[in-house]
Amino acid sequence: MSLRKRAGEWLQQTVFVGPGLLAFSAVVLVPFLLGFYYSFTEWNGLDLDKAKWIGMDNLHRIFTDDEKFWKSFWFTIKFTAVTVAAANALAFALALALSRKLRTRNALRTVFFLPNVIGGILLGYIWQFIFTKGFKTIGELTGWPTFELPWLGTPNTGFWGLVIVFVWQTAGYMMVIYIAAMVGVPRDLTEAAVIDGAGYWQTVRKVTIPLIMPAVTVCLFLTTSNAFKMFDLNLSLTKGGPGTSTQSLAYNIYAEALVNNRYGLGTAKAMLFFFFVSLIAIAQVWLTKRKEVEA
Amino acid sequence: MARSNPNAGGGARSRLLGIEAAVLLLALLFLSPFYFVLVNSVKSLGEILVDAASLPKKALFSNYSRVWEIIRFPHALYHTFLITALSVAGIVVLSSMTAYRIVRKPTRFNKVLFFCFIASMTIPFQSVMLQLVRVTSFLELRGNLAGIVVCYFGFGLALSVVLFHGFIKGVPMEIEEAAVVDGCSPYGVFRQIVFPLLKPITITVIILNVLWIWNDYLLPVLIIGSNKDLTTIPLAVTRFFGQYTKQWDLALAGLAMSVTPIVVMFLLLQKHIVEGITTGSIKG
Repeated sequence: MSLRKRAGEWLQQTVFVGPGLLAFSAVVLVPFLLGFYYSFTEWNGLDLDKAKWIGMDNLHRIFTDDEKFWKSFWFTIKFTAVTVAAANALAFALALALSRKLRTRNALRTVFFLPNVIGGILLGYIWQFIFTKGFKTIGELTGWPTFELPWLGTPNTGFWGLVIVFVWQTAGYMMVIYIAAMVGVPRDLTEAAVIDGAGYWQTVRKVTIPLIMPAVTVCLFLTTSNAFKMFDLNLSLTKGGPGTSTQSLAYNIYAEALVNNRYGLGTAKAMLFFFFVSLIAIAQVWLTKRKEVEA
Repeated sequence: MARSNPNAGGGARSRLLGIEAAVLLLALLFLSPFYFVLVNSVKSLGEILVDAASLPKKALFSNYSRVWEIIRFPHALYHTFLITALSVAGIVVLSSMTAYRIVRKPTRFNKVLFFCFIASMTIPFQSVMLQLVRVTSFLELRGNLAGIVVCYFGFGLALSVVLFHGFIKGVPMEIEEAAVVDGCSPYGVFRQIVFPLLKPITITVIILNVLWIWNDYLLPVLIIGSNKDLTTIPLAVTRFFGQYTKQWDLALAGLAMSVTPIVVMFLLLQKHIVEGITTGSIKG
């Protein structure tokens, strides 16, 4: 290769990749790598440039003397398990109904998708009103005990409040993915099943579901990772309360750093958080690969 | 469930109607929070506390004009728009260029880089945010417009590069080769020939990033939180709730106006949005 051509290649590589790589390094790569260092320091938000190396102290503290972190860990696991099941069940049912020839089909799809375009912060505040004032009025009008509970006032109602809003927000998104997959199922396969005497649910179970498995995997992992990382909603709906009973992991990290001003400890927790999230991602890759081999 | 009964046609039709009725009912339930917000946003606080479900006796629009001032709505709307537009424009340009180069010149460096982009998508925001505060302070990117926009470039790049990458792989090289023969420079080839071909995936990239950045909360808090001149809608609303607790008359009016721009955008562009999300989540 001539010198001039090589210089041209260099210039092209720099022009095309350089600016993006620079932003990506400054914002994602370098901060992420710094995380490994700051996890072992005592560091606060007031003296950002003064971090003191303290070795394993942060990790030691998290594992032996941080009940709240582990409470928020179990809270997050429970929250994820419940919302993944509920959101996907609802989304799948909606997709089944709305891939039929209903007259109001398009309008209905719009309605179910709508909550998704609004951010978690605003949705959380809206639902704070629904739970505290709206439910109270409905309770007075109907006398149903469910509506007369102290919503968001106890750990239990706080948990279910978050679950309800999260499912309400996510189901439409997953529905769209399920519908796109169901549209791709060849008509002759479902028709053949019906001719062979299969009922509706049997056709769904034996023909539709196996054929849309890739979409099912995508939806399960999208909801799992979103639920596990839930933050905005947590902040605006319950603020982790009452007390710290509804703190998700992401919220616990946020509070440790930005409320308690312990950046070092917060970073250590955040790196553990990354570890948990990458376990979910590895599981997804592994499962997807395994399926591809089988198919 | 048996399909063999003689009235199959009529039965199927009435079953379909039954499903439609059930789903319609569920849709009303889905919309009910918006009903509560709208109805109560034009009531006095006293009226809300007595009865939050009924229509207002007399619509009171002063809530809207008051909260419009308090949260400086036009100001917040303008900055949300500005930050979103600049960030998304930059993400589109940078990620399409990066992806194009990675596809056409798969050197070892570029392959590793692409792997880094994919791997970085698993990093939760919380795991970089504190160190990001440090780095952006050092680079003097905190508290200014350029800083927040550069942060969005960095965080938005990975997914967008992956989406462009998948699309560019399917773009035939013959057209580009012909243009080179005609004397077009590599930059000209990209700008005039390749980029226009990327329109479908560009729309997807724009939509996914707009929905994220428009609604984003934590990154703006950390990067521009101290600079009140750059307050976005989520920040303005959160600040309002911090100062005016239980002032639901004002709060609901504020929420109603804050939700409106993105909802209107969704209703206008819904076909593209739904398509964009489907492509985005299946490839991403």
